[in-house]
Amino acid sequence: MSILIDRNSRVITQGITGKTGQFHTRMCREYAYGQQCFVAGVNPRKPGEDFEGIPIYGTVKEAKEATGANVSVIYVPPQFAASAIDEAVEADLDLVICITEGIPVRDMIRTRYKMEGRRTRLIGPNCPGIITPDEIKIGIMPGYIHKKGRIGVVSRSGTLTYEAVAQLMEQGLGQSTCIGIGGDPVNGLKHLDVLQLFNEDEETDAVLMVGEIGGTDEEACAHWVKEHMRKPVVGFIAGVTAPPGKRMGHAGAIISGGKGTAQEKLAVMEACGIQVTRNPAEMGKLLKSALN
Amino acid sequence: MKIHEYQAKVILRQYGVATLPGIACFNVNEAVQAAQDLGGDTWAVKAQIYAGGRGKGGGVKVAKSVDQVRELAENMLGMRLVTHQTGPEGQIVRRLFVEAGADIADEYYVGMVVDRASQRVCLMVSAEGGVDIEQVAAETPEKIHKLLIDPIAGLRDDELLDIVAKAGIPDVARSEAAKLLKSLYQAFDETDASLAEINPLVLTADNHILALDAKINFDDNALFRHPEIIALRDLDEEDPVEVEASEHDLSYIPLDGNIGCLVNGAGLAMATMDIIKLYGGNPANFLDVGGGATADKVTEAFKLMLKNPKLEAILVNIFGGIMRCDVIAEGVVQAAREVQLAVPLVVRLEGTNVKLGKQILAESGLSVIAAENMADAAQKAVDAAKGNSLS
Repeated sequence: MSILIDRNSRVITQGITGKTGQFHTRMCREYAYGQQCFVAGVNPRKPGEDFEGIPIYGTVKEAKEATGANVSVIYVPPQFAASAIDEAVEADLDLVICITEGIPVRDMIRTRYKMEGRRTRLIGPNCPGIITPDEIKIGIMPGYIHKKGRIGVVSRSGTLTYEAVAQLMEQGLGQSTCIGIGGDPVNGLKHLDVLQLFNEDEETDAVLMVGEIGGTDEEACAHWVKEHMRKPVVGFIAGVTAPPGKRMGHAGAIISGGKGTAQEKLAVMEACGIQVTRNPAEMGKLLKSALN
Repeated sequence: MKIHEYQAKVILRQYGVATLPGIACFNVNEAVQAAQDLGGDTWAVKAQIYAGGRGKGGGVKVAKSVDQVRELAENMLGMRLVTHQTGPEGQIVRRLFVEAGADIADEYYVGMVVDRASQRVCLMVSAEGGVDIEQVAAETPEKIHKLLIDPIAGLRDDELLDIVAKAGIPDVARSEAAKLLKSLYQAFDETDASLAEINPLVLTADNHILALDAKINFDDNALFRHPEIIALRDLDEEDPVEVEASEHDLSYIPLDGNIGCLVNGAGLAMATMDIIKLYGGNPANFLDVGGGATADKVTEAFKLMLKNPKLEAILVNIFGGIMRCDVIAEGVVQAAREVQLAVPLVVRLEGTNVKLGKQILAESGLSVIAAENMADAAQKAVDAAKGNSLS
């Protein structure tokens, strides 16, 4: 099964005519079943046109009605990205993946408020996206490093997720689905939400959870894992050496008021029965050992 | 982005938050003039630096005469003010704020932050004003009253009156306090603030409420729609290396160690620092070159790292996704030629076009220490730094 997306997903690209949108739509379409999955683009100024054969609609609603799409991916610039999410939510899509980095927090607070009680799930913003290997990739990750398998991966980062996937591959472990939930402080799916999905997924045997400094989402997830998770979970938290009060690249990666340290997260995860490593080169090995 | 207290007060006054009259000063004469213009017989002379804890560090003093204002201004301007937030090196005081005195009956704490768990702005009010709120939060969290703000409706009068009552603000001043909090939130919301703090909020002897101190930070992601706030930026308060990095669209944070790190992606960059430490070394910096780095950008990144006199080795750790390893390799070669690299360079490349990248490095004639994976890279960088510092 995998989680959230598979070869039957039908995807709208919001911002398909921009440079980034074009590049990644092309890459996603070339990956596995991408040709059949990427069915529409949206640009309010270019309805009726197409991008390399993918029809462009004026709104998400029109694109959905015309193609039966249930997922959208967003590459629009930060000042318009929150409205783009709103539009996808109002069109009642199942899932929206927002790749855009740099959306104002105030915009995201309002967008998340409007999402309350709606059916749409959000991944991101400021994330690499989601991939179900050998079926579909929606986002900017390099597809070829992945292989279909039975390990779930969830992370707040981009390249560190690729690193984790490469380490799994070295251990001969493919992935069911890999999700980058993004590095922003106000975002969609959290570690906990993704772990819930992996817990119910018949094709996922174990989960690698990669976190980083800032916020308390990893801790919340760990407490849930302790009570409910039926599969092994292993973890790594980046930023043990990060100084307090400094934003480490990601908007959400900051230790503020002594809260959100890697040490605290690692301690809570261990206390909740999650095996953790402090060595980012041993994420794959640790997961392999947890399977035995 | 951060601003000074006096700048924050200008913004807050525009939204109707009451403050004392005050004047920003850049030299002693201006401070004396400010005291004379303000009148009265008591003034506060306040050092303007971004860091908190100014009072305890000797950066906020009361003067009872104009002569004393002069004396304090002479002492404070140019002093290296050390607070718990500046680090031991302190921060040089270049600006003062001379403020009228006030007859204070009581002090409270007011803060607003983005609460990540609830994804709302959280208002915090406490009777424990004028002290380190982090300590209150750690020791007696029940003394901090919190209210999550509805992003569409804003703050309601009834919930405001309730929270000021809980914080112990006396009946007679509650509606004024509620009004101030409402104005504060309007300022927070409309300026895209990420943090606002009034510590202390004071009750005067004649039962008025005003902001005695003010601190506002802004969401960097929203600065594009606030040119008026960007104009307030004081580059003297920022680390010059970080300023230079931001001009090249690089995310760079200096650290205490001797192994420079050049990485693509924030998470991997942090993990690289962590593994260096784990293997017995010390990272010299956090540096994320981002997803769209060019050879020029990599060169700038090298130049930044090499400004650090403590640097003993450089570790380049790249997992190419969108970023191609050959582009990074070309950048490394170009940089090494341009900057006369005098420290050992360890390079680990993985991902898109990795073979081509490795080939470019091998054929460059540079003495690059190639690493196979992250562990190998960290170990080699730690060894190289040790060898380098021994020689």
